[in-house]
Amino acid sequence: MENLVYDLIIIGGGPAGLTAGIYARRSRLNTLLIEKLIPGGQILTTDWVDNYPGFPEGLSGFDLVDNMRRQAERFELSIINDECLSLSIDGSDKIIRGHQRVYRTKALIVASGATHKKLGAPGEERLGGKGVSYCATCDGPFFRDQEIAVVGGGDTAVQEALYLTRFAKKIYLIHRRDQLRATRILQEKALSDPAIHPIWNAVVEAITGTDQVEAIKVMKVDGSPGETIPLQGVFILVGIQPNTEWLKGTLPMDPQGFILTNSEMETSLPGIFAAGDCRQKEFRQVSTAVGDGATAVFSTERYLGTL
Amino acid sequence: MAEKNITEITDENFKNEILESPTPALVDFWAAWCGPCRAIAPVVEELATQFQGQIKIGKLNVDENPKTPGQYGIRAIPTLILFKKGAVVEQITGAVSKSTLETAIKKTL
Repeated sequence: MENLVYDLIIIGGGPAGLTAGIYARRSRLNTLLIEKLIPGGQILTTDWVDNYPGFPEGLSGFDLVDNMRRQAERFELSIINDECLSLSIDGSDKIIRGHQRVYRTKALIVASGATHKKLGAPGEERLGGKGVSYCATCDGPFFRDQEIAVVGGGDTAVQEALYLTRFAKKIYLIHRRDQLRATRILQEKALSDPAIHPIWNAVVEAITGTDQVEAIKVMKVDGSPGETIPLQGVFILVGIQPNTEWLKGTLPMDPQGFILTNSEMETSLPGIFAAGDCRQKEFRQVSTAVGDGATAVFSTERYLGTL
Repeated sequence: MAEKNITEITDENFKNEILESPTPALVDFWAAWCGPCRAIAPVVEELATQFQGQIKIGKLNVDENPKTPGQYGIRAIPTLILFKKGAVVEQITGAVSKSTLETAIKKTL
């Protein structure tokens, strides 16, 4: 198997990777998609996607990527389960060392996505799964009629806070600035919701509790006295970090680890492209990830033509 | 959701099927509304086939069976718990890779 050289290997089975897979297979490229878990990515944790065109009623994040996966499989995209450990270059071939085997390919699209960031607050790790959560759709129903906090002020945090109003009776929305970053329609909904109580200019200093979350300590960013809020759950939605640890030193990245590309998704290494959330860019949506995936395949085809 | 080699676990049969299982047992606590739970379901199925006879693999729907997850303080899913002779050997929260689960199972056998 090690002697087989693919035309294209795609790393990651989220919206960017699956889109790349659809385009690549329709171009008859001998393509392999490597996913470390199960196709889906971060959108799996989104209960409802209302801003992806073509679905007038919206649909769940799971159904959206499941549709993409089935569409890719209709064009016979091979998807395998492996975790990539390192990348090296051999002439124009790219060699990927995985947990299970070694892969060789002419072109590579890194669409490995991102993972939620942690706060780094004391108690966060210890109480993970015991009231500390990073997925409102997964864990929201465990907090029926309870008091909880959502930490963050972006689209994800605000959308999930709104989702959690179905279960929790009171939601503190803790944000380190004096206004939300989320898109306007979400802000308007959240700020007019009687269950959502914003705490502005504040950060979580510690999460406390014996076996379960019992309270959080909140500190004001201006140094004025904070408070201890008794509650049962903390949802941490403070942004993402790229899944690019295994590529450090081989691909140019920004200080946070997001891969640097041009608008054609090209990295500085010939035949290596990046698409979706793992790439340095301003906006991260399913719709932009999908565009990245398609663009990366057009660039791949152009590159393969030069070999 | 009755896949082959997977036992449907309920609050009623949990003690009998899992705590008193002669082999080690892995329980996948899941719910239909949890995307990552649905995503790892095929992995759990593959493991059930792979380790057939060595470990009992069960799925417990937390919506229909709230008592057992409550006993184990589960407030996040997917949660997978490995039991040996009725005791918790390992508790894994969140969607993890197949190899992580394989390693955990092999350690338990």
